[in-house]
Amino acid sequence: MSLIAITEVKKRFGDNEVLKGISIDIAPGEVVAIIGKSGSGKSTLLRCINGLETIDEGSIVVAGAQFLPDEVHLKALRLKVGMIFQQFNLFPHLTAGGNVMLSQMVVKKTPKKNAEAVARKMLDRVGLAHKFDALPDELSGGQQQRVAIARALAMQPIALLCDEITSALDPELVAEVLAVVRELAAEGMTLVMVTHEMRFARDVCSRVVFMHQGRVHEIGAPEDVFANPRTPELRQFLGVQ
Amino acid sequence: MTEFSFWDILRNLLLAARWTVVLSLVSFVGGGIVGAALLFLRIGGRQWLRLLSRGYIQLFQGTPLLMQLFLAFFGLGLFGIDVPAWLAACVALILWTAAFLAEIWRGCVESIAKGQWEASASLGMGYLQQMRYVILPQALKVAVPPTVGFSVQVVKGTALTSIIGFVELSKAGSIVTNATFQPFTVYGLVALIYFALCWPLSKSSQLLERKLNVAHRNH
Repeated sequence: MSLIAITEVKKRFGDNEVLKGISIDIAPGEVVAIIGKSGSGKSTLLRCINGLETIDEGSIVVAGAQFLPDEVHLKALRLKVGMIFQQFNLFPHLTAGGNVMLSQMVVKKTPKKNAEAVARKMLDRVGLAHKFDALPDELSGGQQQRVAIARALAMQPIALLCDEITSALDPELVAEVLAVVRELAAEGMTLVMVTHEMRFARDVCSRVVFMHQGRVHEIGAPEDVFANPRTPELRQFLGVQ
Repeated sequence: MTEFSFWDILRNLLLAARWTVVLSLVSFVGGGIVGAALLFLRIGGRQWLRLLSRGYIQLFQGTPLLMQLFLAFFGLGLFGIDVPAWLAACVALILWTAAFLAEIWRGCVESIAKGQWEASASLGMGYLQQMRYVILPQALKVAVPPTVGFSVQVVKGTALTSIIGFVELSKAGSIVTNATFQPFTVYGLVALIYFALCWPLSKSSQLLERKLNVAHRNH
């Protein structure tokens, strides 16, 4: 049974139809890369799965939680899927530890002591146990993004959505973030990532989705998609003739 | 005819300045509370509450404080309600301050990056939780300097209440002038006292701005 079932999803911004009927089923433990040009709708799709954008038609079901745009349903959905953003979006007024603790205490009503224990564990998992008391200001981009991953993990999601999480990083910091993601994938976390890191997608992902003009243009195992692109659009995107 | 010494004049003005201070504090605190309520309606409430709050703010920002004072003082009198000058002064100044503070604070809340809303939403927080734990702690820091800066306008705004007969610093100035026939000395002192009240506020607004800016280095 699929963990994330996306069925015939359509999304319009005014007259501009960004998603023109997307259907993807994602099984537990799958690591799916969504690639495509900017404007192809890949980020919008990801944001729809987390309820940051409403959908106009179709349905999105995550482990039985239906996407409906009211606060109760949204909360249920968001407790199941965590999201990591391109710009990290750490809370600048809280320490790294505070960032990881906040939603546990506020949303799950976890007692402070337990939340702190979880926060330390999660920061350790991303290799930043020693930065518990550092403010986001005092961390490098790569470290900030790893705190953001720890923050999402602390809510014990069953899937993580990654929206171009290395695009705002200096090249030398990309590897440390990808290493964490690779580890999560190895541990069996379900991941859906919009990415420009083709090599990473090829190495780590179980499936690659190529989006073009609001549609799923090609979908398949990375070996197939990267080695034998069937459509001219994908060939052009990958830069092969 | 009685002679008034310089110290008589100064003493009387300083006694009256107490009322300027009290009226400023009442307006500022009361205006802050009403302003906070307006802010929440303005950015989070239902559509009609939002419009109501916006209308209120535009009305009070778009009419002179003097007219608002007149309306509070004489307007209610038309309905047979006898409003003492101090009450009309407090009510008008509170409502006026609230409109400006609500608008200043709205700007501060909206200056917080959209990503903060999205990140907190994606972690499952509801609107009030986002406000309480993520947005307001950051917005408050941004809000402190302009809020303290605006308090200067409130202090100066209290001068207008002299027109409806509330005896604060400006009104005391006219009364003392009428008794002493020394308008230059008296109004000079009045101006100096206002300056002594306002300058520390402007200065601290500047200092706070510099100090709190630290929190926003990374944006």
